[in-house]
Amino acid sequence: MAASSRSPLVFGFSRAQLIAFAVMLALIVASPFVLYPVFLMQVLCAALFACAFNLMIGYVGLLSFGHAAFFGMGSYIAAWTMKFWHVDASIAIILGGLTGAALGLVMGYLAIRRSGIYFAMITLALAQMVYFFCLEAPFTGGEDGIQQVPRGHLFGFIDLSNDMTMYWVVAAVFIGGFLLIHRIIHSPFGQVLKGIRENEPRATSLGYRTDDYKLIAFVLSCAISGVAGGTKALVFGIATLTDVHYSTSGEVVLTTLLGGLGTVFGPAMGAVVVTSMENYLAQFGAWVTVTQGAIFMICVLAFRRGIIGELAAKLKLAL
Amino acid sequence: MFMIFGIPGPLLFGQLLLGLINGAFYAMLSLGLAIIFGMLNIINFAHGALFMMGAFVSWMLLNYLGIGYFPALILAPLIVGVFGIVLEKTIISRLYKLDHLYGLLLTFGMALVIEGLFRNAYGSSGMPYQIPPVLQGATNLGFMYMPNYRGWVVLAALVVCLSTWAIIEKTSLGATLRAATENAPMVQAFGVDVPRLITLTYAGGVALAAFAGVLAAPIYSVNPNMGSNFINTVFAVVVIGGMGSIMGSIITGFGLGVIEGLTKVFYPQASATVVFVVMVIVLLVRPRGLFGRTA
Repeated sequence: MAASSRSPLVFGFSRAQLIAFAVMLALIVASPFVLYPVFLMQVLCAALFACAFNLMIGYVGLLSFGHAAFFGMGSYIAAWTMKFWHVDASIAIILGGLTGAALGLVMGYLAIRRSGIYFAMITLALAQMVYFFCLEAPFTGGEDGIQQVPRGHLFGFIDLSNDMTMYWVVAAVFIGGFLLIHRIIHSPFGQVLKGIRENEPRATSLGYRTDDYKLIAFVLSCAISGVAGGTKALVFGIATLTDVHYSTSGEVVLTTLLGGLGTVFGPAMGAVVVTSMENYLAQFGAWVTVTQGAIFMICVLAFRRGIIGELAAKLKLAL
Repeated sequence: MFMIFGIPGPLLFGQLLLGLINGAFYAMLSLGLAIIFGMLNIINFAHGALFMMGAFVSWMLLNYLGIGYFPALILAPLIVGVFGIVLEKTIISRLYKLDHLYGLLLTFGMALVIEGLFRNAYGSSGMPYQIPPVLQGATNLGFMYMPNYRGWVVLAALVVCLSTWAIIEKTSLGATLRAATENAPMVQAFGVDVPRLITLTYAGGVALAAFAGVLAAPIYSVNPNMGSNFINTVFAVVVIGGMGSIMGSIITGFGLGVIEGLTKVFYPQASATVVFVVMVIVLLVRPRGLFGRTA
């Protein structure tokens, strides 16, 4: 906010944000030549998921503890339609997004009746219900999940079996989602959301139906989470119960918190750190959980603004 | 064999008893959550982990020190309660001035750390804990055979829940506690050491969870995930009951356990989700919860 009053906005970006965005783009383009594309795709999916989650916590002020439901169901539907209906990868990702949106509409309709910690508990409980549904329902393959999903061809002619080609597609999905969220936040609709976050009774008294605004934001967040899940299923060719498990919900909270709640670039930064840490610690079993828990505690106790939030505060900029 | 609604009687009563047992755990855990929330304004996400710790402490007492079930029933809640005091004093108390959500995130992190440490040390397969000899065997109630231990769990849970209710609603300590929940600065002005009251409340809620953990140890195998399996359902129970009333938490807990047990008889596929379905219905009809006072 401070930055926007000092420098002119370009497409809603301040100058600092434009520079940060350029740096991020450069990193996305350069990194597959240095690091494993599969790892980077994992980061990008986690980053998109965290950006979607951040839309709720950062700009509406509601903490959803059930975002795994949208990510996981998006993943399942995308994997299932690709494997059994042989739909195009683009259609599968869109179907993943629509699944997230539909589920988000139902869960959001129930959950926004309460706020604060009740909202968190209700979303957690509803997501647990989705988890049990996936455990029992025949189409998910139970404990095995849906495996060996072929990547196929995008738009019928771009062969995705090559990791580099796949990477550019995932990068395009991420940047598309990132810019969409940015557009939402800076639209008049996004301004109303911020108004609701700051002072809901005031927004109500100004004539805004705040529940409708929250629900629309929730559905958008869920749709993008579904897209992230569908893309993940496409990359790894697998959709499993882990995707809908509440530990995935916890992970996206951690990612966003670590990067910086309510910052534009925080969730992506968090995804880089959390995904790298998981890959590095995977060989040490339950130490991943311990480390994640410890980071949670440190973030809450001493580091509430997160990496990007602290950086922005140091530089006196909005990032 | 006699039948009720086309279901063999013993099967129905057996599942009802199992439901009551689950309900007993829901009641004890949601009761602790409600008490802690009332005083600390924090949803204690670590509650499941501390429940698991209760079971583990009783297992350790038996296997490392040879201390049996009944002493553990008192010792384990005390040990975990002291652990709770340390947590509250060193970590949780730093958060009272912040948004409630940070408390939830912090205790979630605590749960991950505790569960992860136990998983590292003991694996996740689980370890058996013998039912104490006095409580082994079964009693013929005429309409069914009741395993003695299960009857004991329901009885012990009822006694503990009702004592907690009596302490909070009928004693002067409880009156101070309720007053501090309503208006802490005012109670402090009257000379009550509110921070100590808060610490003791946390320890009490945590001890309840640990007590439930000891009761659960012989029924489920003692394993690091036993808490997180329960806690998500308990959150739904809390949403259904609303956190305003102690008796409300007890009734909701037992009631939902029974509903779950009956579902297992009539429509087993839905037994894992029925509590959540009830939650959805309650949210639609009465968003503040059955016993909740405010939204």
